[in-house]
Amino acid sequence: MDLNSIYSELILEHSQNSHNYRRIDAPTLSHKGHNPSCGDEITLQLKLESEIIKDAAFSGVGCAISKASTSILIDLITDKTKQEALNLVDTFIGMIKREVTNEEELEILEDALAFQNISNLPARVKCAVLAWHTLKKSLE
Amino acid sequence: MQNFMQDIRKDFPALSQQINEKSLIYFDNAATTHKPKQVIDALTTYYEKFNANPHRGAHYLSIKSTEIYEDARETVRKFIHAKSSKEIIFTKNATESLNILAFSYAMNLVEEGDEIVVSILEHHSNLLPWQQVAKLKGATLKFLYLNKDGGIKDTEIESKITKKTKLVSITHMSNALGNINPIEKITTYAHQYGAKVILDGAQSVPHMTIDVGKLGIDFMVFSGHKMLAPMGIGVLYGKEALLKEMKPFLFGGNMIEYVYEDYASFAELPFKLEAGTQNVEGALGLMTAINYINEIGMEKIQAIEADLTSYALEKLTNLDEVVLYGSKNSKDRGAVISFNIKDVHPHDTASILDSYGVAVRAGHHCAQPLMRYLEIPATTRASFSFYNTKEEIDFFVESLKKVRRWLGYGS
Repeated sequence: MDLNSIYSELILEHSQNSHNYRRIDAPTLSHKGHNPSCGDEITLQLKLESEIIKDAAFSGVGCAISKASTSILIDLITDKTKQEALNLVDTFIGMIKREVTNEEELEILEDALAFQNISNLPARVKCAVLAWHTLKKSLE
Repeated sequence: MQNFMQDIRKDFPALSQQINEKSLIYFDNAATTHKPKQVIDALTTYYEKFNANPHRGAHYLSIKSTEIYEDARETVRKFIHAKSSKEIIFTKNATESLNILAFSYAMNLVEEGDEIVVSILEHHSNLLPWQQVAKLKGATLKFLYLNKDGGIKDTEIESKITKKTKLVSITHMSNALGNINPIEKITTYAHQYGAKVILDGAQSVPHMTIDVGKLGIDFMVFSGHKMLAPMGIGVLYGKEALLKEMKPFLFGGNMIEYVYEDYASFAELPFKLEAGTQNVEGALGLMTAINYINEIGMEKIQAIEADLTSYALEKLTNLDEVVLYGSKNSKDRGAVISFNIKDVHPHDTASILDSYGVAVRAGHHCAQPLMRYLEIPATTRASFSFYNTKEEIDFFVESLKKVRRWLGYGS
């Protein structure tokens, strides 16, 4: 296992100084995601205008991987429609489960492609998908 | 000593593996220990030569299986210094033993308005059954809290255990912090009020000499897999008179005396509490593990583990980036060290250590209320067994020094 592919600069940057680690005033949706096996707990806040995610932020505690994954998710879904966001979640989870492997299909994930190698670290998969599952639950 | 260690390590095939192209350093012994080849071989021999249903047939194999199973019970009795082998009930693990006590004993003992006392150190397995009993019976669950060192003060014991207390269920040694609790003191105090004491020995029985009589406890539970035996075998110890009062937990084969169409009478102890075909292979594994421990000697095991713990504590104390939890005094604790690295989540620490072949545990250690009480989300835990070495600790500490760098911190 190559740690460099997991703790990449992009992931470290998002885990330590995320511009998305903040609170939104009067969010439309606020949803807690919890990983009971490790104690990670994040709150994902969204501001929706009609069907579009105008703003998103997170707070809480988590490891570098779960925080970075949350931050990158937020960058990705801002200004997207609910449907687009849900499609991104399915693609991301498909990538982690190695069910979606087509590179063209994966392109929409942009920076979140950095988590492709997390499948090599099964113990950390839950950290990477926490925010994505939380978003899905929140939007549904 | 060096030859002794070399011989010991040869007994544990799993320890000589390469993980991530690095030699395995196994520091997750509080979760489960590896098994010596004596235990592994005993299981193979059992299935090659014996394997029959105990307590049933008149044929040779069944008699042999019965002998093995009952020899194992007697071996456990001696190991924990119980008075009678009727006091030893085989279960699946400590969790099952505690659930048997909750539902077959406590549910008939505790009444509305009574109190059950546990400590904030408890593993979920010694908390959730009591939450259930308290809820179903309208009783109150009370907690013994900790001083700064992680210890339980006398005043805490004296103020929480009262005439309302029916039951105290407490861990001997914390799986999360390693602290050893003052059991004799708690037992003496609880017995003044007629309260019964259950000891969770999951972490202590594998690492220290246990004399249930000296401790004065009424019940004790532990798991085989944390002491070199296979998973799936555990023990419930209880004073004979108390076990006798207990209603069966599971009903079925082997636990009966006479069975009629509409009623049945139950077998004597210990069989009354062992329904169905039992885990003979597990009991044999546990007996073999105890014999292995006895051959080395529990005093020697304790000395080796105490030496490893104080060596590691000293090294970790010297690292600025490490925050240690639990007692600073290695005399008050078992071979468990909980810590965090500044700015680093324990999961990242554990993954990075894993890449160096070092196996530690990260998380809340099945003690969420304790983590909340300490105001930390999780810790990293290194736990030793007598088969670990100082060289392994050196490598672990060197690997720890690299963790912050992997996460982009200067040092």
